[in-house]
Amino acid sequence: MQYTYYPGCSLESTSKAYDESLKKVFELLHLELHELPDWNCCGATMYMSVDETLACSISARNLAIAEQLGKDVVAPCSSCYTILSKTHRLMRDNAEVRKRVDDAIKPAGLSYNFSLRIRHPLDVLVNDIGVEIIRLQARRDLNRLRIANYYGCQIVRPERGFDDRENPTTMDNLFEALGAVNVYFPMKVRCCGGMLMTTYPEIALKLVKELLECAEENDAECIVTTCPLCQINLEAYQGKVNATFGTRFELPILFFTQLLGFALGAHPMELGFQRQLVSFNNFLEALSQ
Amino acid sequence: MASHDYYMTKRESDLRSAFLEQVQLVPDGMKIKQCIQCGTCTGSCPVSFAMDITPRKTIALFRAGEMETILRSNTIWVCASCYACTVRCPAGIKITDTMYAFKRIAMEKKIYPKHFNIHALSTAFIDIVNTFGRNQEVKLLMKFGMKTHPLKLFAQIPLGKRLHSKGRIPIKTSMIRDRKQLSEIIARVLKKQEQHPQS
Repeated sequence: MQYTYYPGCSLESTSKAYDESLKKVFELLHLELHELPDWNCCGATMYMSVDETLACSISARNLAIAEQLGKDVVAPCSSCYTILSKTHRLMRDNAEVRKRVDDAIKPAGLSYNFSLRIRHPLDVLVNDIGVEIIRLQARRDLNRLRIANYYGCQIVRPERGFDDRENPTTMDNLFEALGAVNVYFPMKVRCCGGMLMTTYPEIALKLVKELLECAEENDAECIVTTCPLCQINLEAYQGKVNATFGTRFELPILFFTQLLGFALGAHPMELGFQRQLVSFNNFLEALSQ
Repeated sequence: MASHDYYMTKRESDLRSAFLEQVQLVPDGMKIKQCIQCGTCTGSCPVSFAMDITPRKTIALFRAGEMETILRSNTIWVCASCYACTVRCPAGIKITDTMYAFKRIAMEKKIYPKHFNIHALSTAFIDIVNTFGRNQEVKLLMKFGMKTHPLKLFAQIPLGKRLHSKGRIPIKTSMIRDRKQLSEIIARVLKKQEQHPQS
């Protein structure tokens, strides 16, 4: 199976490990990823909240180029996934938005005709390949590793996508099949604060603290995420949370593709584990034996 | 709309019509009229504790003709767009998108709360994407920091160094090839808006 890959800006920098591990997992499962030629930033929440026509127009450039390739688009970043999907829906369902966007992109020789499917890699892996086939391909047992599956906001909301909006379970089912134990984690779709870490850090730090606390109270050994912003907020700001609230968190925060790639037998270096700020090496060693 | 104008100040009526125009672009945007003031949005919101006006009150104030109070609150900027309110609203109101509509009016009319800095982040982000076609996280934080609290940038250095040592800060600026095409798309949108400021 072939897909058009839309990495998004974060996967080129702070979330490099997501990019590396995703590519490795797809390769191991014989899924082909072709990077969208000359993709531009999706505009993220920033554009959408500032200027909707502008946001849809720059997103539509990506959709128009991707549509010519005719394959499903895989967007691993939750924000890209939401914005691309939202642009697709708005253009399809709202004649006024469509007209405004067309006025902006048609003179550039681009057009978008709503035939694309925008997919999150978790959806592709679980629904195009299937948990059972992935389990049969596994080379390592996750050996009762206790994980908190954290979905964040934007892959399950606002529209009903590939999983439940209040209690998604795709990732839980996947890792359970691979030998992990899913701890009770009622905050699995609670917001991490997103960009508030930059604009109102005192608010975001509190949200991150609550998430870490919930995982730790339920004896999670790591948190597994599907989103670059969740990963960086939970991992890079743990020190600041500890300094602010007098806590002592030291919880590894992984991308789901890293843990999946490890179960599929890839070398940790191929999955970007060396890029963790809170090391996961002890667990990797224990699980490798 | 017009039939209510007689008891509203001109300013309120201007803000309202600009807002309603924005809301029309949101699918089902006009469901805002069907709010039952149940408070599910406020109860579901992970950041309502930090808002000076809760999401439920925002809609009540809108109905009461208090647009300016809404625009001056921190509420619309504290919203992290997690959509928890939107998926739970029993009246089907797209609350997150409504917050976006308020934001756009606030920016258009330049009505902000006190000690306000998010506008600076959005502007910095848009400048970068318009120039390179892709976001540059470090440049974004630098630009934002310089515009708001330059001294606080020093506090970010240790984290920056750690990320750099893990290969998580790219050395090369990633940009798109056809920047001309993208900037022309952007220019066309902006030009249209100058001609019709409310669209």
